[in-house]
Amino acid sequence: MNTPNMNATLPKPHAINMSAALGRVQGRESGSADMPVCLETKNLNLYYGAAQALFNVSVKIPKSRVTAFIGPSGCGKSTLLRCFNRMNDLVDICRIEGQILLDNADIHDRAVKVALLRRRVGMVFQKPNPFPKSIFENVAYGLRIMGINDKRVLAETVEKSLRGAALWDEVKDRLHANGLGLSGGQQQRLVIARAIALEPEVLLLDEPCSALDPIATAKIEELLLELKSRFTIVIVTHNMQQAARVSDYTLFMHMGEAVEFNDTETLFTTPKMDRTSDYITGRFG
Amino acid sequence: MRAWIKSGEPWIWATAGGIAIALVAVLGVLWLTAARGLLHFWPAAVVETTFVEKDGSKIRLIGEIREQEEVAVRRLVESGFVIPGNEKFTTRYLLKLGNRDVYGFDFKWYPAPLLSEFTYPQDLIVVERREWGNFYGHLKAVKENGTVVAEGPAALPELERRVARADELFQKILRIEKDDIGNLNYALEQLRLKERKLQLQGKFDDAAKSGIEKERESINGKFAELQVHLEKLRGEITRDSLSAEVMDGKVVDVPLEKVAEIYRPNAMGLGDKVGYYFRKLYAFVTENPREANTEGGIFPAIFGTIMMVVLMSILVMPLGVMAAVYMREYAKQGLLIRVIRIAVNNLAGVPSIVYGVFGLGFFVYFLGGNIDQLFFAEALPAPTFGSPGILWASLTLALLTLPVVIVATEEGLARVPRSLREGSLALGATKAETLWKTVLPMASPAIMTGLILAVARAAGETAPLMLVGVVKLAPSLPLDGHFPYFHLERQFMHLGFHIYDVGFQSPNVEAARPLVYATALLLVLVIVGLNMAAISMRNRLRENYRGLEGM
Repeated sequence: MNTPNMNATLPKPHAINMSAALGRVQGRESGSADMPVCLETKNLNLYYGAAQALFNVSVKIPKSRVTAFIGPSGCGKSTLLRCFNRMNDLVDICRIEGQILLDNADIHDRAVKVALLRRRVGMVFQKPNPFPKSIFENVAYGLRIMGINDKRVLAETVEKSLRGAALWDEVKDRLHANGLGLSGGQQQRLVIARAIALEPEVLLLDEPCSALDPIATAKIEELLLELKSRFTIVIVTHNMQQAARVSDYTLFMHMGEAVEFNDTETLFTTPKMDRTSDYITGRFG
Repeated sequence: MRAWIKSGEPWIWATAGGIAIALVAVLGVLWLTAARGLLHFWPAAVVETTFVEKDGSKIRLIGEIREQEEVAVRRLVESGFVIPGNEKFTTRYLLKLGNRDVYGFDFKWYPAPLLSEFTYPQDLIVVERREWGNFYGHLKAVKENGTVVAEGPAALPELERRVARADELFQKILRIEKDDIGNLNYALEQLRLKERKLQLQGKFDDAAKSGIEKERESINGKFAELQVHLEKLRGEITRDSLSAEVMDGKVVDVPLEKVAEIYRPNAMGLGDKVGYYFRKLYAFVTENPREANTEGGIFPAIFGTIMMVVLMSILVMPLGVMAAVYMREYAKQGLLIRVIRIAVNNLAGVPSIVYGVFGLGFFVYFLGGNIDQLFFAEALPAPTFGSPGILWASLTLALLTLPVVIVATEEGLARVPRSLREGSLALGATKAETLWKTVLPMASPAIMTGLILAVARAAGETAPLMLVGVVKLAPSLPLDGHFPYFHLERQFMHLGFHIYDVGFQSPNVEAARPLVYATALLLVLVIVGLNMAAISMRNRLRENYRGLEGM
């Protein structure tokens, strides 16, 4: 790691958050209701075999903002997240009712190719999962799958993506070293670089910091704030402080239901539902 | 005592004992084969002594001591020997007397009390001959066309010169016979097949006929030329001979044409012996067998074994990996796939000879027979693929080792973390792309483990090969300079079968026994070598995936 940067990182997220929060408060007044919608679910029910995991979920996720899903373990936040890039297709016993719209188009339409959908909706998982390949090849993986093999294009995109994921300075001298040799936080940023290399419209993050230490977490959070101008970001998190720090909007889920959705400020300060306030104040979960 | 048992100590001892016994067994096998096999090439001293016959007359003995053992005197007396003294046990020696053409036998046991003192005369020569085994005797003279050209002390240097000349001529003749005449024979055979093909197709008109006739005449012309040349060389090589006194006092002539090497073991220093040893060892590995496999080298068998194993690997890998990928990645995991999996596992336990019978019936007779009908009709009734050959042997062994590869690959696929598959899919890769680019490369060390096990099993397998392609003596290697270079229909030699053949089917068991050990040692070395190659490949692959264990 580059030590000069390190010292500067710790206080930074807070500083940014303060100003961002201020900006948000002002932005909200200009009208959150008519924000352009990126992802939308309509009456979504999801079953694992006989057990129902999501109940009638209808949410609208705004474009170019960070939306956080919070809720106690097993409430269905990850399941909902995995619906957006149809990762649940991999589970044989999973069955979905209702609609999921990406830019007002049903992602379960017959004409939609899952692979193409997943290029538009990138995903970062709970545990860093870089491929056992070089750092360069990790980032180039998706591009190569798309059929891009031009060396110059690859090199440019890899650099841009690694810079985008704030990893470039740390790895630029060892692009051909194995990605598994990086630290946990670096691996997670590598995985983010891998995802943004494809220029997706949406970036789904499934508890991206749960396996990381506080310093690495701070770096990722800082990164998310930088990325939100370019991507719609949906993040699942266990950590309410994290949701408060990074997100513009928050969805509280409980027992497979979408209980309350609002901008983060409002949801944390004046929740409308009892269940929300109980959770936020730590009475359960 | 009970406390000791409860402490778990006995288990540690039992497990350590198990590994110790296994180690001793492995090392014992290696030591036995190495000691018996490798000593064979050391130039043994040649003993001269006398033996008291039953009627009291003394005869002279010349030969190498091959073995000695303790034996009860009573047994010797019963078999007619007159043993002086009243010892209960005595030693007897197995002497290799050589000169099979003179005495009719070349190994004989002699009880020690009837032998006089052993002497090792320096001038005893050992002649390694291309026929009839070794010859032992005192060199008397060198002859050219039956007249003596050197005698006494001058004989040896003269002999060495002439042996070198004869050897050079021999190599020339061999080259002409094997390469030049072999090529002409091959061309003639091709011509015959071409003619027959045209006849079968009904296109054998006068133009074609005259063309083929012309070609045939030109080949026959070259053939005659070579014959003349060969006759001349043969005349030259029979010019010289040596005469030597053998143990019963007779003087015997040995034509130099038949001499492979002459040496005087009793006069050799350590350096000479070491040089001789390594020369012999090298010849053993690189030369063709002679004398019904009891002399010469085993190169064709080494070559056949390795080529068959490589072919088998090429055949079994795609098949096994594809089957495993389907079963693990694509098939619906239900009752059917469970039954198939059990069946595959059980296939590994089917006796290999069963595979041999299947290979003979299905591959050789059915597949090979049909291929002959379709593509090699001009050669019929002589079979091309319709007889045992290296392709069918490799296919049979591929079937035999298929379960091992499938099981190992499946385990490797199961160990690829789900998170990596999801990572690849989330980047817009299809299932097939994920398999090719991530899952299979990560499973490759496990696939290599499957290959290692398959090679270990296939290289040592002998029984099924006897049915589908192995022969005692193959006239030519399955790889040579004639198009299409790989002759997969040819029969081949194999180290495992060679051991069986030399050890149990040989006309001269005593002479062949050390070769059995040497060949066995070499088979073990070949298998170890093949395995090492596969293991080093696997380690290189594993290196890439270190650090993944926690995922």
